[in-house]
Amino acid sequence: MTPTKTTDLKADPSSTDEFIKGLWRENPVFVQVLGMCPTLAVSNSAINALAMGLATAFVLIMSNVLVSSLRNFIPKQVRIASYILIIATFVTMVDYAIQAISVDLHKNLGAFISLIVVNCLILSRAEAFASKNTIGKSALDALGMGLGFVFALFCLGAVREILGNASIFGITVFPESFQEWIIMILPAGGFFTLAFWLFLFNNYKLKKAKA
Amino acid sequence: MSANQILSTQPNPTEGSKKMLIAMVGIGVICALLIVLSYEGTKERIEILKAEALEKAVFKVVPGISKTRIFELTAEGTFVLSDGKDRSKTLVYAGYDDSDAFKGIAIEASGQGYADILRILYGYDPEEQTVVGFYVLESKETPGLGDKIEKDEDFLSNFKALTVALTEDLSKIQNPVVPVKSGLKKNPWEVDGITGATISSRAIGNIIGESSAKMIPLIYSQKETFISAANPNSK
Repeated sequence: MTPTKTTDLKADPSSTDEFIKGLWRENPVFVQVLGMCPTLAVSNSAINALAMGLATAFVLIMSNVLVSSLRNFIPKQVRIASYILIIATFVTMVDYAIQAISVDLHKNLGAFISLIVVNCLILSRAEAFASKNTIGKSALDALGMGLGFVFALFCLGAVREILGNASIFGITVFPESFQEWIIMILPAGGFFTLAFWLFLFNNYKLKKAKA
Repeated sequence: MSANQILSTQPNPTEGSKKMLIAMVGIGVICALLIVLSYEGTKERIEILKAEALEKAVFKVVPGISKTRIFELTAEGTFVLSDGKDRSKTLVYAGYDDSDAFKGIAIEASGQGYADILRILYGYDPEEQTVVGFYVLESKETPGLGDKIEKDEDFLSNFKALTVALTEDLSKIQNPVVPVKSGLKKNPWEVDGITGATISSRAIGNIIGESSAKMIPLIYSQKETFISAANPNSK
C-alpha cells in the first residue's frame, strides 16, 4: 500500500485527512518504522515513553510550522542545514523545559532528549511535507504524526512496564505473587514488544484489506 | 542537483550566495533568540529543582541522618555556615541525626567523564575515616555503558566503606583513593572499575581521589566546627 498515492488521488485532500493519516494509516512507528532509536530505548516505562513522545511531538509541530512558514525564504541548497538548525533549537528548548519540570525525568531520558535532533521522523516531515505545504496543513500533519508517535510509544511503554515491573505509571497492577518479566525492561524487551505490536497492526490491516 | 543545474536556476551566482547567507544568518538569529529566551525563562526553576535534588541526595550518601546544614569553604580554608545560595562557592553538607550528633558530611565534586562533566556527591564519615556513600548528580554518559556508574551494584559497593584515613600529622590522606581495573581491588582505598564503562568508572575514582585529597584533611581538622554547629539556636 502506498499511502501518499491515496492522498494524491484526491483532488483536494481534506485537512482532517492530513491529521488522521499520521495517527493511523501512516503511523510513524507502526507503518513508516521511523525514529526507532528513542522508540526502543526509552519505552521501558509508560511515563518515560509518554514524555519522550510528547517532547518529540512538540519539536515536530514547532519545526514543521517554522519550516513551512520559511519555505519560500530558504534556498534549496541550504535547506537541510536550515532544517537541522531549526530542529536543534526546539530540541534545546524542550531540554530546558523537561529540566524545569522534573530532574528525575530528565535523568531518565538522559542523552535521548538531545538525540531528538537526529530523529529521522522530524527531518522527513520537514523535507517531505512542510517544505511543500501551507502552514496550516503542515501543523495538522505534524500534530497527527506527533500524536501517532506518542500513541505508538505509549503502546510500547505500557506493555513493557506492565509485564516488566507489574505496574503502570508507577501504580502496581498485579498482585505480589506476579513474577515480573525483567527482560521486558531490558533492551531485548523493546524489540519483542515492537515486533508484537507490528504483528498485531499488520495482521489487522491485512484482514481489513481482504474483507 | 548538479552544478550546471544550480547555475541555470540562478543566473547570478553572487546573488544566490547572498540569498543563502541571508537565510542561514536569519535562521541562526531566530534560533539563538529562542534558545536564549527559553534558557532565561527556565533558569530559576531549574536551579531550585537542582538544589532540591541535591538536598535529597545528601540523605542518600550519609546514612542515618535526619537533617543537614550547609557550610561553605572560605579562601582561608575554613568552613563557615552558609545559606547555600552562592553556587560558585565550594559547599559541603553536614548531616546530623535526631539527637543532633554529627554523623558525616556530603561533599560535591566534579570532573571530566566520557561524554561531559560528571557531577557527583559522596559521603564522608570522620569517625570511621571512610567514604560511606556515593551518588551521581549529573551525567551524560552513554546509556547502557557509561551510565553503569549509577546502577552497577558491584561498583556502588565500592563506596560503602572506602578508606580515606589520614596520616598521623593529619596533613594528607595516607593512601589516596585510586581507580583500579575491574576485579583487581585489593586494598580498601581502591575503586574497582566496571568492564564496559572503563573511562566513566575511572573518572569517578579520580574525581573522588582528587576531591578527597583536598577536602578531607580540611574537614577532619575542623570536625569541631561541624559538631558545634548542630544546634545553632541553643547558642
